[in-house]
Amino acid sequence: MNKLVVDQLTKSFDSSIILQNVSFSIQDGEFVSILGPSGSGKSTLFHLIGGLYRPDSGEIYINGERTTGEKGRISYMPQSPSLLPWRTILENVVLSSEIIEQPNKSEALNMIQQAGLEGYEHAYPAQLSGGMKQRASFIRSLLSPQSLICLDEPFSALDEFTRMDMQEWLLSIWTEHRRSILFVTHNIEEAIFLSDRVIVLSDRPAKVQREFTIPFARPRHSSLMLTREFLKWKKEIFEELKVLV
Amino acid sequence: MTQRFIRGWRPVAVLLLFILLWELCSRWFDIPEWLLPPPSLILETGISSWADYAPHLFSTIRLTFLGFMIGACFGLLLAVLLHLLPSVREALYPLLILSQNIPIIVLAPLLVIWFGFGALPKLIIIVLVCFFPIAIAAMDGLRQTNPEWMHYMKMSGATKGQIFRKLEWPNALPSIFSGVKISAAYSVMGAVISEWLGANKGIGVYMTLASSSFRTDRVFVAIFLIMGLSLLFFLLINLLEKRMTSWQRKGGGVHE
Ligand SMILES: Nc1ncnc2c1ncn2[C@@H]1O[C@H](COP(=O)(O)OP(=O)(O)O)[C@@H](O)[C@H]1O
Ligand SMILES: [Mg+2]
Repeated sequence: MNKLVVDQLTKSFDSSIILQNVSFSIQDGEFVSILGPSGSGKSTLFHLIGGLYRPDSGEIYINGERTTGEKGRISYMPQSPSLLPWRTILENVVLSSEIIEQPNKSEALNMIQQAGLEGYEHAYPAQLSGGMKQRASFIRSLLSPQSLICLDEPFSALDEFTRMDMQEWLLSIWTEHRRSILFVTHNIEEAIFLSDRVIVLSDRPAKVQREFTIPFARPRHSSLMLTREFLKWKKEIFEELKVLV
Repeated sequence: MTQRFIRGWRPVAVLLLFILLWELCSRWFDIPEWLLPPPSLILETGISSWADYAPHLFSTIRLTFLGFMIGACFGLLLAVLLHLLPSVREALYPLLILSQNIPIIVLAPLLVIWFGFGALPKLIIIVLVCFFPIAIAAMDGLRQTNPEWMHYMKMSGATKGQIFRKLEWPNALPSIFSGVKISAAYSVMGAVISEWLGANKGIGVYMTLASSSFRTDRVFVAIFLIMGLSLLFFLLINLLEKRMTSWQRKGGGVHE
């Protein structure tokens, strides 16, 4: 079944076209990455799927229902962690579920423990490091009841070591909780390592340039990134991106 | 606590030095008591005439507190209302600022003509000086919400009410408190001014009686009482602020 269908989406801001006829779909339980240069309109795409703006034309379907312009249909992890400074970590991770239903505190505590944030339940975001904040922000999106999770460059602000850690952690959590994930990044390796499929966006205006299906078996470990096969994929996608420049 | 004590000693030392100098000057130069009483006399009067001014003091505290509460509630309510209704805000904002240009000294006798010598005209004056700093601070605080948090809340499907309760209000609290502190300081002055108009009780009345009978020591007692009251009020609000925005002081505990 299609979890998400994006059909011929077009959006412009002040007469400059950002997205042009963008179409793709995500299957139930699939991990799909969208790869594109900075400023190509990836966040805008998420804002459209999340209903923050209406597209100029085109439609969005979630679970087969038309949801164009409707808010609250996806679980979203923004580019910056966006944790509220006056809420403790526990209060922060239940925020999005609190908006829609009664939050489940024991499940939240469980997830916090899984994320290695034990002991920080009652700490404030300012007391956490960048990677820890991103973990909390990700738990928040997992605890949200919607079944499609959209992650907007969650690791782009982290250093290389933390990023690698977080990628493996994300995969392990995802294998356990199996949600459909739409992941936005401008990092080729990250996209290949994490995804079932990689969708490459062109620059200005953004269109779907090409789609790659990544065949690597799961579970995946970071050693995968050093294999010849992996580098072959990296090269192929790199060339595709180079065509754009 | 000890840290605050250590930081607090400097202003206290300056104050003590000033009082000492005052005491010495009034002795050396033999300044008449009705012109400038020495601090020792003021202290003595302050202790001995406690029974005289205590009813006045309590009356002023009651008036200040009541007026401040009404003013603060009114200011907050107004700010929330104007925040939620942007078109009304545009219409009322300039009037709000104009309301602060009404000279209280001129308004006060008018209020007495309209409403008599009861509590109402006094409360109106205190409310008038109190609501403004709170309303402006609250409106600013409510407007300055991080747009990323706002996007997040909206995309999560939060209603307008949820956005207000979970995001805008807690975000505005620190700003609101800075307005509340200013108002707290103003409210005591407002109460004293309103008592000058015509009241039979209050520090303002005690002060007028003292100055018309050349009891300058009592005037100074009244001045110190007003200062003390303002300070006490300010400290109480500070305490409340520390409690309600304790998250602000926690941070930078852990690094990678
Ligand atoms: N609300 C907006 N109003 C006007 N222009 C916008 C708005 N949001 C994004 N843009 C523009 O759209 C372009 C794409 O932005 P964005 O989607 O954030 O890119 P990306 O996430 O791929 O880096 C940028 O040039 C940005 O200036
Ligand atoms: Mg972006």
